[in-house]
Amino acid sequence: MATRRIELMICAGTGCVASGAFSVRETLEKEIEKQGLQNEVSVITTGCNGFCGQGPLLVVMPDKIFYGWLKAEDIATLVEEHLLKGRPVKKLMFVPPEKKEPIPLISEIPFFKKQVLVVLRNKGIIDPENIWDYIAREGYVALEKALTQMKPEAVIEEVTKAGLRGRGGAGFPAGTKWKLSRKQQNPTKYLIANCDEGDPGAYMDRSLLESDPHSLIEGMAIAAYGIGATKGFLYIRTEYPLAIKRMEIALSQARELGLLGENMLGSGFGFDIEIRQGSGAFVCGEASALIRSIEGEIPEPRQRPPRTAEVGLWGYPTVLNNVETLANVPVIINRGADWYSRIGTEKSKGTKIFSLVGKINNTGLIEVPMGITLREIVYDIGEGIPGNKKLKAVQTGGPSGGCLPSSMIDLPVDFDSLAEAGSMMGSGGMIIMDEDTCMVDVAKFFIQFTNDESCGKCTTCRDGSDALLEVLTRICKGEGKEGDVEFLEELSLAIGDASLCGLGTSLPNPVLSTLRYFKDEYLAHINEKRCPALVCKDLIKYYIEPKKCVGCQVCSKNCPTGAIKGELKHVHIIDETKCTKCGTCLQLCPPKVSAVVKVSGEQARNLKVLEKPIPVASARALS
Amino acid sequence: MPKLTIEELRKGREEARSKIHLREGEFRGKVTVHMGTCGIAAGAREIVSAFLNQKENRKIIDILITTSGCAGLCSREPMATVELLDAPPIKYGNLTADKAIKIFENHIMGGQIVQEYAIGLGSERGG
Repeated sequence: MATRRIELMICAGTGCVASGAFSVRETLEKEIEKQGLQNEVSVITTGCNGFCGQGPLLVVMPDKIFYGWLKAEDIATLVEEHLLKGRPVKKLMFVPPEKKEPIPLISEIPFFKKQVLVVLRNKGIIDPENIWDYIAREGYVALEKALTQMKPEAVIEEVTKAGLRGRGGAGFPAGTKWKLSRKQQNPTKYLIANCDEGDPGAYMDRSLLESDPHSLIEGMAIAAYGIGATKGFLYIRTEYPLAIKRMEIALSQARELGLLGENMLGSGFGFDIEIRQGSGAFVCGEASALIRSIEGEIPEPRQRPPRTAEVGLWGYPTVLNNVETLANVPVIINRGADWYSRIGTEKSKGTKIFSLVGKINNTGLIEVPMGITLREIVYDIGEGIPGNKKLKAVQTGGPSGGCLPSSMIDLPVDFDSLAEAGSMMGSGGMIIMDEDTCMVDVAKFFIQFTNDESCGKCTTCRDGSDALLEVLTRICKGEGKEGDVEFLEELSLAIGDASLCGLGTSLPNPVLSTLRYFKDEYLAHINEKRCPALVCKDLIKYYIEPKKCVGCQVCSKNCPTGAIKGELKHVHIIDETKCTKCGTCLQLCPPKVSAVVKVSGEQARNLKVLEKPIPVASARALS
Repeated sequence: MPKLTIEELRKGREEARSKIHLREGEFRGKVTVHMGTCGIAAGAREIVSAFLNQKENRKIIDILITTSGCAGLCSREPMATVELLDAPPIKYGNLTADKAIKIFENHIMGGQIVQEYAIGLGSERGG
């Protein structure tokens, strides 16, 4: 291969692929050829870059210039101006929200600036389908070190000393788990990487596998050496086809080079990994249910002890770790526990990957040091809330987690602080909610989710979530009654106490945390039949203010149910019996008119609705 | 590819590292070839190729070959600016592929400015 002077790192994570990365790549290749640059410029397909909200995107190296929201029609300019003539194209660069000047360099973009890349150190830099790209960046150095210079016990000791805690949610120390499994005398032991990522809005593990599959393979191989496992499984959702494909390619490349299989690197140690696909049942993220699923049984959790590290897959000692946990291992072995444990807080070491989603300007995947505050994540990395709306809550931990109010914006993000505040780290979904979010509705959404996903083994989880859902639904419909709040609290605690697995014990968290921080919203729904965020359809009304309406007919012509009457230059009226509260009228009413409003509670009950449309001029005279 | 020994893995890593140098590397110097319409018409593309070939033949990875717009001195195109760490930038004009090879040899590798082709000091950020 001839020496290239430019490499284009085009992101091909699932998000960018969905928004057209492959057609951008195709156009790029054509244009490069057209300009005769094919011997000077290469296009490298990388995994997830992280700044998903800007996709399709690419970074020009070595210039480090970031281009986002690319369209096929922009590519000719980009190739001619930047690649041929060396003039970076301003109009394709990232412009921060509410600003006008673009930021050319990826390293200067606030979204990337505060991140600390340990696990995602290779994202966007390597081609995930080329093992040598991974090897070039210190890949398999840690495996070599472990196999040739360290005893298995020393590997476990290093990981213990580093303070690595499970990234799947609960934060159990990885070293402790490994030690327990190491102690088992059984010659057959298994290691499972848990990639059953089911939290709504979370995609950390998927992106990791799509961008750097070998970091998991290397982490698993080292872990297996530590605990003495000779066989590993990657349990992954079948709905992650791209991650599975890249993982399969990576596995076969690693086998071919002898980095997996028998007698790895001539050390005598052998280990291999098999992919098992799950069908996307949330309960399969739970260790014992996941094991049942691999065995081909119905995935129901079982009582513990014995722990899976003692009695696991087909009865053999089995260690289950989350994908992100395992991907930390090569770095710990390579750089050492001392280096690693300098990142993070006293009890939460290292970094955490979050998928930052919801009402936030910069959407994407971020890796931050433990202990960073929510404020830094929301306002520095995320650059605030769109439309300058107010932050209402930050939801972490998915359906098992909780909603933290905006007053806790300075909370450090680590395992213990989040748990103390009534939420949890979880696997890393972080959903930002603005003032237009109804917290009762949010609690209902998550209970609906866990209610659907409950395996049904425990009465408290199965029927308890039914009962929670029924009450929450009633409250959102305006049929809440006195005692509902107390009932929700009591039942939540009972479900938490009496359920067997993590799904059941944590499912009440969204209810408990919203009750803890947003009780006034529950009370407004129950006592005043009012939804303060104007979300719950049964509690809101759309209304056209007669004094503001100019009779332009935009709303009436676009109303999907024909619920708005009024001829031209006559004040329009919404027929409540026909209105489905879709909000089209509010969206379409011209901003300078702003006659359509959403109201709830007493205000909604006391609306003075005109009997029939009257001329705009006479409406102005109304008192 | 057969299974690797530790030595082969290490050797392979060194080779692989030089291949991804553009993405992560530090550079001790930079050659900017001016690629305005005038530069391209005067043959700047061949100058880029000549520098890239030199880089490849000599297995040099820490020199960056890049392009920029018109430098404003169209009559002296093709032109290139050589910037080495801790040394002032040197601008060369009326280049040919042979001259580029000599500049690579003497200036970039040997640290000696090729006086006869040089047209002055000064970085070029033209556009």
